[in-house]
Amino acid sequence: MFFDTALSTNDLIFLARGAGMTLIVTAISVFFGTVMGIVFGVFRYQVGPWWAAPLTFVLDIFRSIPLLIQLVLANAFVTTVLGWRVSGFTVACGVLSLYTAAYCAEIVRGGIEAVPPTLRRAARSLGMSWGQDMTSVVMPLAARIALPSWIGLALGVMKDSALVYVVQVVELLKSAQILITRLQEPLFLLIVCGSFYFLISFPIARFGGYLERKWSRD
Amino acid sequence: MIEIENVRKSFGALEVLKGIDLTVAKGEVLTVIGGSGSGKSTLLTCINGLEPIDQGRILVDGTEVHAKSTNLNQLRRRIGIVFQQYNAFPHLTVLENVMLAQRKVLGRPKAEAEAEAVRQLNHVGLGDKLKVYPSRLSGGQQQRMAIARALAMSPDYMLFDEVTSALDPQLVGEVLDTLRLLASEGMTMICVTHEMKFAREVSDRVAFFHQGVMAEIAPPAQLFEAPQNADLRKFLAATH
Repeated sequence: MFFDTALSTNDLIFLARGAGMTLIVTAISVFFGTVMGIVFGVFRYQVGPWWAAPLTFVLDIFRSIPLLIQLVLANAFVTTVLGWRVSGFTVACGVLSLYTAAYCAEIVRGGIEAVPPTLRRAARSLGMSWGQDMTSVVMPLAARIALPSWIGLALGVMKDSALVYVVQVVELLKSAQILITRLQEPLFLLIVCGSFYFLISFPIARFGGYLERKWSRD
Repeated sequence: MIEIENVRKSFGALEVLKGIDLTVAKGEVLTVIGGSGSGKSTLLTCINGLEPIDQGRILVDGTEVHAKSTNLNQLRRRIGIVFQQYNAFPHLTVLENVMLAQRKVLGRPKAEAEAEAVRQLNHVGLGDKLKVYPSRLSGGQQQRMAIARALAMSPDYMLFDEVTSALDPQLVGEVLDTLRLLASEGMTMICVTHEMKFAREVSDRVAFFHQGVMAEIAPPAQLFEAPQNADLRKFLAATH
C-alpha cells in the first residue's frame, strides 16, 4: 500500500503548505498568547485574587469553553454582529492567542509564586526597584520553573490549531482531509499528516529539553 | 547616624516593637541580642524600609525612612543588609550576583562593576569562586558572597540579621571573621546575633531586646559582667 499510492508531489506540497499554515497560526498565537499571558499573570499575582477576579473570570471562560465553539462564536460575532471584514485567519489567530494567554497566565503566576519571597526581599534591599527585581531576578527564575509547562502549552496549541478549519483556514489536518476525500487513502494520508505534526513538534520539545539541561547546570 | 525615635510596630494584634529609642553613631558597631520574638530582627527590616512602622520615626543621616517623599531605592543603596537566609540569586554566578545591583541600581559600567565585585569577593575570601554558581558553594561561602554583594554597593551602614544562624557550626567562624574584618575597618554596623562571644569582642555597645522593648544597652564589658535587667540576667544564664 505504501508504495502504491496516488499521492503526487503536488499533493505533498499541498500538505506542506497546510503544515506551514499550522506553523504560522501556532507561532503567532503562542507569541501573542505568551506576551499577554505574562502581562495577565504578573497582574494577577501583583493585585491579588480580589482585584484580579474580573480578569480571572474572563480567562476562565477561555479555558473552559471548547476551542471549536469559541472559534465559531467569535467568527460569527466579529463578522456578523460587529460587521468587521476580517479574514478567518485573523479570527483564528485572535481566538487562539487569547486561549493561549488564558493558560499561560496561570503558568506565569505559578512561576512567580515559586520564587522565594526572601530572594525578592534581598533584591529590593540592594536598592533594586520593583521592575528591576521583576526583570533581573523574578522573571529569569520563574521562566526556569515554568518552562516545562510552557512547552507543553505550545505543543498543545499547535495540535489544537487543527480546529481553525471551522473559520475556513486550511491548515495541515484540513489539507489532509481534502486529500483523503479525493484520493480515498485515509490511513496512509493520516500517517503522512501525523509525521508532519511530529516534524514540527519534535524540535520544540527538544529545544525545551535543551534549555532545561542548560539551566539546571546553574 | 541612625536615629530611632519611639518606634512602634505591630503584626496584627501582636506588638513586636513597643517604643524603641536608639541612636547609632557613624563608625559604631552595635550588636543586638535577645530571645526569638523580641523584635530585634524586625527593627533591622524597619531601618531600611522593608517593613512599615506604626508610630515614631527612623532617620538615616537625617532622611526619614518612612516619609512618603523618601525614595527608598535610593536610601537602600546606603544601607546594606544581610539576612539569615543567604539569598544568592541562583541563576547568576558569584561574580554576576555581586555585579547585578551595581549595574542596575548604581548604573556602574560593566568593567567598573566587575572590578569592584572582584575586589569585594577577594576581600571575603571568594576570589577563586568568581565563575561558580551559588549552588556549588557551602552555606558559609554563600553568606560571605551575600556580604560582598551588599558591600559592593559602597554602603555607609551594614545591617546583619542573624547571619550565622542558618549555618553549620563549623562554618560560623569564617563568616564571623568577615564581620570582624569589617568592624576593624570602621564600618558602621548593627548586628543581630546569638553569638555572645562575637558580640563581646567586636561591639562598641550591646543592646538587649526583650518582648519588643530595649531592656538594656551598654558597652559589652558592662552588659555582660554587670547586667542590670532581670530578664537579661536570665537570658545570659540560659545562653551560657
